[in-house]
Amino acid sequence: MQSGTNKDNGGVVKTTLNAGDEPLLEVRGLTKVFGTLKACDSIDLAIGKGEIHALLGENGAGKSTLVKMLFGTLEPVAGEILWKGESVRIASPSDARRLGIGMVFQHFSLFDALTAAENIALSLEEKTPIARIAERARELSRSYGLPLDPSAHVGDLSVGERQRIEIIRCLLQHPDLIILDEPTSVLTPQEAEKLFKTLETLRDEGKSILYISHRLEEVKRLCDRATVLRHGRVVAHCDPRKETAASLARMMVGSEVHAVVRAAPPKDADHSPLLEVAGLSREPSNPFAIPLRDIHLTVHAGEVLGIAGVAGNGQGEFFEAISGEALQDKAGMVRIRGKDAGRLDISGRRLLGAAFVPEERLGHGAAPRMRLSENLLLSRFRTDAKSYLTHIGIIRESTISAATRRIVSDMDVRKSSEDPEASALSGGNLQKFIIGRELDRQPAVMVVNQPTWGVDAGAAAHIRQALIDLARAGSAVLVISQDLDELFEISDAIAVMHDGRLSAPVPVGEATYEKIGLLMGGADASTPPTAAMEAV
Amino acid sequence: MRIELVKRPQHSALFSALSPFIALALTLVAGAIMFALLGKNPVQALYLYFIDPLREVWSLHELAIKAAPLILIGVGLSVCFLSNNWNIGAEGQFIVGAIIGSILPVLFPEFQSWIVLPIMLLLGIVGGAAYGSIPALLKVRFNTNEILTSLMLVYVAQLFLDWLVRGPWRNPEGFNFPQTRSFHEFAILPELLPASGRANWGFAFAIIAAIVLWFLLSKTLKGFEIKVLGQSPRAGRFAGFSNARMVFFAFLVSGGLAGLAGISEVSGAIGHLQPSISPGYGFTAIIVAFLGRLNPLGIVAAGLVLALSYLGGEAAQISLGVSDKVARAFQGMLLFFVLASDTLIHYRIRLVGRQAAPAAEAPHGNA
Amino acid sequence: MGMLESILLTIATAATPLLIAAIGELVVERSGVLNLGVEGMMIMGAVTGFGVALTTGSPWLGVFAAILVGAVFSLLFGFLTLTLVTNQVATGLALTLLGLGISGMAGEAFVGQPGLRLARLDIPGLSDLPVVGRLLFGQDPIFYISIALTAAVAYFLFRTRAGLTLRSVGDNHTSAHALGIKVIAIRYMAVMFGGACAGLAGAYLSLVYTPQWVENMTAGRGWIALALVVFASWRPWRVLAGAYLFGGVSIGQLHAQAFGVGIPSQLLSSLPYLATVVVLVIISRNRRLTMVNTPASLGRPFVPDR
Repeated sequence: MQSGTNKDNGGVVKTTLNAGDEPLLEVRGLTKVFGTLKACDSIDLAIGKGEIHALLGENGAGKSTLVKMLFGTLEPVAGEILWKGESVRIASPSDARRLGIGMVFQHFSLFDALTAAENIALSLEEKTPIARIAERARELSRSYGLPLDPSAHVGDLSVGERQRIEIIRCLLQHPDLIILDEPTSVLTPQEAEKLFKTLETLRDEGKSILYISHRLEEVKRLCDRATVLRHGRVVAHCDPRKETAASLARMMVGSEVHAVVRAAPPKDADHSPLLEVAGLSREPSNPFAIPLRDIHLTVHAGEVLGIAGVAGNGQGEFFEAISGEALQDKAGMVRIRGKDAGRLDISGRRLLGAAFVPEERLGHGAAPRMRLSENLLLSRFRTDAKSYLTHIGIIRESTISAATRRIVSDMDVRKSSEDPEASALSGGNLQKFIIGRELDRQPAVMVVNQPTWGVDAGAAAHIRQALIDLARAGSAVLVISQDLDELFEISDAIAVMHDGRLSAPVPVGEATYEKIGLLMGGADASTPPTAAMEAV
Repeated sequence: MRIELVKRPQHSALFSALSPFIALALTLVAGAIMFALLGKNPVQALYLYFIDPLREVWSLHELAIKAAPLILIGVGLSVCFLSNNWNIGAEGQFIVGAIIGSILPVLFPEFQSWIVLPIMLLLGIVGGAAYGSIPALLKVRFNTNEILTSLMLVYVAQLFLDWLVRGPWRNPEGFNFPQTRSFHEFAILPELLPASGRANWGFAFAIIAAIVLWFLLSKTLKGFEIKVLGQSPRAGRFAGFSNARMVFFAFLVSGGLAGLAGISEVSGAIGHLQPSISPGYGFTAIIVAFLGRLNPLGIVAAGLVLALSYLGGEAAQISLGVSDKVARAFQGMLLFFVLASDTLIHYRIRLVGRQAAPAAEAPHGNA
Repeated sequence: MGMLESILLTIATAATPLLIAAIGELVVERSGVLNLGVEGMMIMGAVTGFGVALTTGSPWLGVFAAILVGAVFSLLFGFLTLTLVTNQVATGLALTLLGLGISGMAGEAFVGQPGLRLARLDIPGLSDLPVVGRLLFGQDPIFYISIALTAAVAYFLFRTRAGLTLRSVGDNHTSAHALGIKVIAIRYMAVMFGGACAGLAGAYLSLVYTPQWVENMTAGRGWIALALVVFASWRPWRVLAGAYLFGGVSIGQLHAQAFGVGIPSQLLSSLPYLATVVVLVIISRNRRLTMVNTPASLGRPFVPDR
């Protein structure tokens, strides 16, 4: 008799696996330790045949680590894995593949300079010539509805197309269990639907799927059973269809998640446009960049404007153009607080009252090997030159340290020493610091790219609330995000970026996931919904 | 058995300080082995190399003479390496600085006044900086790898000097030796303490440069800019710093300092121009910079250590019959050990047995 | 033999060491490792080849010893950069400095000694053809090896699965590792191959080009070989073209010097170095070309998480 008992947090939650079914995969007491961090602590899990099993948990809960152990990229320090009833050791991805476990990673393992067929060939062990592999790939892509050209160079493909390579590569090895790590984070809602159809086809053929996600509606729609992880431990096994999104969220986070409070803007508030972009175009600066075409947008005081879009549609290029890391041809293309800023560099734009938070924390928003106090200076040395520097450029260490401490406490940044290097902080805490660093200036314009990716739910809520509060205090906030849920939560209006172009913003009251999803997939906003759905 | 690296969450401050000493210790051990293999008494050899030159005052002066160019070039290189600009052509900038700085005494020997020397030094700095600006320009405008361009220019500079001293600048009264006329007294860099030895003002320049650059790097915004652009260029751009300007800054500073070292050496220790004016100072300075952990104050110490190895080489040649090339081998080994020891700053080293305990063999951890 | 023929012959002799060293480094860089120690490995090969040939009386033994020493010497670099993950640029420089130092030390006994020369290998029949006969078929054996090596590396990289794997490691070592490809092992092998080639190239210098030992006799050829790899956009046949171009420039200026052209000999001698700079500028200007062809993980440190 299998039961999913686990000894954690007092609750003994039974699984829904029927007695007598031998699980395809069973995991007992699996543990993985990185230094002092227990990424996975004594995990128990069972997946049956022909089942879509969800692995739920917020960022940092241990989901990726667990599946890496199932796939052989990492090895556990304790516990055992049973495959089809037998104890096995999975020491490498080839072991996993031989057993019949396939995996589609969240971050693709692809080679830009090689073709799709070559990429697939590299993950297979047999010496089949590449032409044969290309042929088989084409067959699979047809039968599962995953269009793919084996001779295309990966570097030229979109994110959705790259994911298809990963899936086909996985299917070519006839796996019994397919692990998917956050597959829809890079897809439009319509593409996600197609993926679900593919997964259901696979399930009906008797294959099992381990589906990792933190998106509760998806999991409820697709999955038969779920295991919930929190802080590296299993906290529940359940049937997602019988749970609500709220109950699942509670299991994931462990407490009531504070809903973000979006107060209505005060009646007589100032609505002057603080950030205006007019006719912004930008040629690609390197062969892999997306050109920007004739972008118009305006963000008013007190407003949060969200920009949705799948990764790789020009968000990064757009951020660089607005921030001043890339200058514009005409000064009037970007205006901040009514002044032309197109020819000003980032320091100039900051002096006009704008603040910027880029997508990449380590290496862009912060220098990884520098301490927090030094990272404070990074974006503030011009705007705060009077307080942080002397006349001749000597750094006032004590003033900066005091400011750092203030930001750390305001944003509740958790860290292990007084002034650690940026790379020592967890993603969420570093992001809180980076955003706090900019909020500390009370900027009139705040531009943020992916404010909460990779950030745990508590920090994410804190950050989102902070952005809303900043807007309500009279600033203009522009948020670029791939997380539609987040945008619906905090924006007053949502525009969509696709292939370097920006759609007209849709007020959040009128926006639906479907509408925005269509725009994300490139449909013209004026096309009637049904025709566009078929085209996709 | 396998070596595994575990990344430290933060740099180890302990190993940052210890690493140069570990490297030195390892080099001494390797050197001892090397001497033993050559059939010489290792202890005696090491003593001759590292202790003996420190025992007499005149020898300390010689140490300062050898250390001055190493320190001057080394601190300039620290600015370059910290900003991720790999100036391997300091040897060439040294030579061009020496050449340009020697224009007055060679071409206008009649002009004799106290102002000649300052002009010479200034021209030396300008010459070195100008020559250093070539790889900088090529990197910024044409995206060309500065390692290869700066290095190629070393060969060009050496050949240029060779041509000058054998051709147009050869001493007309000099019995056809390939060298310029000897510099007049106003063109000679004076000694610091003439009574006790030959050390000249070049050493003072070196110490001053080290202190100034140390201050710049650790206390000022410019130093911050240098380090950020070197470690995280994208974060530097986000800060508003210009990478192109930093390339020029780094090469001009290090080129200028190398040029100063060049003219100081020529007007101090040598007294004229000749085809060979440097036993590879520009390259040894690279080792000095790393041994000093790219910190100007550390570089002063490292420069003295490497100068010691040069002196020791000469001494060992005389007393033990060991080739003075051994010093070069020593220096190369030292850099290797420095780099290897630096690993401990970023990673902890773990020796791993056959494989970590496999999952299947561990007992059931739960009932 | 005419003037033209003898000039062309010497171009091949000048180009061969560049070609061999550059092909070796090409493989190393294709695997994602930047080894600036080519000059050091080459000079170690030169002194070893000369010394062993002198003491054993067999130039071929010298060649094999040089190949071995080149490979072993490169292991030092490999250990530091692949296992200890040190900075590749600094470590490569260290390798060069160490190689120059040790070879200077070891070679002192050989200065001024007459060397052994590797015998020419005439391919019967073909070497009697006019003009091309001697040029293409009447060279020393290592010339033939250099051409074969170029062809073999081209075939290996672009037509075999192993070559594809190596290229993938150079493109994205994180992805390669995630796929279970043994990144470090492949890089070690590539580095040793590069070392062996550099050793062979060095032996060529001291056993064929000028059969003698002079300190620092590589005179920057290792660095030129590095530039050649960039110039060739990491493609083997283009390396051959580049090596012969440079061989041409080197020989051209030597002949011009011998001819007594009015230009100072030092200026002529500096032509190969200046040409290297010019060529690098031309090829790097085109940022698109650079970005698309450079192995994307070149020079980046790799620490697998286990």
